[in-house]
Amino acid sequence: MTRRLSSLRLRRPATAKQNQPMIKAIPPTGVMVFRLKNPAVRVFLKGNGFLMEYVIEAENLRKKFGDLVAVDGISFRVVPGECFGMLGPNGAGKTSTIRMIYGFSPMTSGHLKVFGLDIPRDLRDIKSRIGVCQQENTLDPDLTVQQNLEVFARYFDIPKSEARKKSQELLQFIALDQRKNARVNELSGGMMRRLILARALINDPELLILDEPTTGLDPQSRHQVWERLDELRSKGLTILLTTHNMDEASRLCDRLFIMDHGHILVQGTPLDLIREHVGHDVIEVAGPNNELRTYVQSRGLEHEDLGHRLIVYGQEGDVLFRTLSTQYCREGCILRMATLEDVFLKLTGRELRE
Amino acid sequence: MNGMSSMGLSRRFLRVWRRNATVYQRIWKVSFIPPLLEPLFYLLAFGVGLSALVGSVFYRDLEVSYVNFIAPALIAISIMYNAFFENTYASFVRMYYQKTFDGMMATPLFLEEIITGEIVWGATKSVIATAIMMGVISFFGLIHYPHGLLIVPLAFLGGIAFGSIGMFFTAIVPSIEMFNLPIFLFVTPMFLFSGTFFPIENLPSWAQKLAILLPLAHLVKLTRSLSFGVIGTNLLWNVAYLAIFCLVFFPLALFKMHQRLIK
Repeated sequence: MTRRLSSLRLRRPATAKQNQPMIKAIPPTGVMVFRLKNPAVRVFLKGNGFLMEYVIEAENLRKKFGDLVAVDGISFRVVPGECFGMLGPNGAGKTSTIRMIYGFSPMTSGHLKVFGLDIPRDLRDIKSRIGVCQQENTLDPDLTVQQNLEVFARYFDIPKSEARKKSQELLQFIALDQRKNARVNELSGGMMRRLILARALINDPELLILDEPTTGLDPQSRHQVWERLDELRSKGLTILLTTHNMDEASRLCDRLFIMDHGHILVQGTPLDLIREHVGHDVIEVAGPNNELRTYVQSRGLEHEDLGHRLIVYGQEGDVLFRTLSTQYCREGCILRMATLEDVFLKLTGRELRE
Repeated sequence: MNGMSSMGLSRRFLRVWRRNATVYQRIWKVSFIPPLLEPLFYLLAFGVGLSALVGSVFYRDLEVSYVNFIAPALIAISIMYNAFFENTYASFVRMYYQKTFDGMMATPLFLEEIITGEIVWGATKSVIATAIMMGVISFFGLIHYPHGLLIVPLAFLGGIAFGSIGMFFTAIVPSIEMFNLPIFLFVTPMFLFSGTFFPIENLPSWAQKLAILLPLAHLVKLTRSLSFGVIGTNLLWNVAYLAIFCLVFFPLALFKMHQRLIK
């Protein structure tokens, strides 16, 4: 990490347009992230030119509730400017992990650093620099939309005039400036979610933590939230996100891990995880017959048999699909791109979680 | 309490206090009515209705009218009710149903500051109610000034005492209905037997000894003595009792709340 930049081979971020310069002037307060050929190694430069620590550094993090081990020794690192996803079924330990990061619940053992500061020693400092969207609606129903932001600003010691200005900005950002005097209970679910997001941004956080930000929203509201998050991401805000929604994870996350029963199962970029664990495409057959089963087994194709449905993972795409659809299943046979959902279900199983 | 909570208390609790004050400002016109009308109702019922039967009361060598006797007790009861109900039902709703504390925990605030802010707010409501009631009662010439002014800081002390024990119950009740129990077993007996509507000396001697244990008994004695302008060093014992009550139940409320919410 101490090598000079010029000696590192830089790769353009996937999202950058071709005609953009590789290294722009680093904004004084912003963070530049350089992706190297090896995606696991990155260089981050702060405006002052110093290398920056990881935003989150968790090592062997454990959380026990009595006999129940909710988080069982997980380690991960989040770098500045990335959107990092935590995926897992209900009860996997995502929320427990998040709660340790923002100091809601003390860890049982392990090491946890945020902004290079130590939890619990520097908790107050850390808490003042992060923004949290909790899973539950914690908006204050006794207050108006605008008061929700201004009262929250007080908790962060933001002076009144600044709080007013900031809350106006944020209300515009989430398109709620017309409803600023409404009571929270008069808002729709989507509006509430956006207001929670705005409230989490009141202190200009360096890290935004989102615990299932779009659960229970209709598609329109969900896309609204995604757009806002895209905008924040493009400004270089570091985001930690939990979700069940694989579309959401694929769309927003630079890197993610999938966890279950308190353990991290896999970790990587969405695309790498899909390639590595599922392949390029998936063929789904509804009502498969036994000849098909024999064929799939004889060729040693990676597949999952759900009884009424057969799922074949593979790299061959068209060729295999043509064979299967012409010889074994004229109807009810589809070829589609492999998705994160395939990875998720493959790794965490298909049984219901309560 | 662990290391995290011992550093968790600073004057930031005032931010939580101000949150409640902001909500109160929205509804102050409604909030002002009970302390304004309640003493009037009581004075009418007991003063006009009951004093015809009771006549006057002998209180520590003083012969006072029954209205004079109960007016200071009404203030003490209102100090108790305001803080106790604020830090039981209202705090429970904020904690359990509205998740207000959860939201605050995602800011630089620590739980200890949230709970302290709640208790100090409860005591503030006691002070507000006391000030309004004193205005009404003074109109009938039932408070001796300037001694009576000491009732205002006393309302704060009493508010902290009853707010702390209220918050203690909030930390341990499983559901909001369970508040009936401390109200039935603790608040209602105090309301009746703390020398509020008749002198404690009228009780049998065993009951007198029990009544001395009730914090409201001490608060009533203080408000009554200050209203009558009878001040002596013996009142310091009553102040000391309330202070010790705070010193026990305030940390206990913080501790039990920590146990309940920090997991």
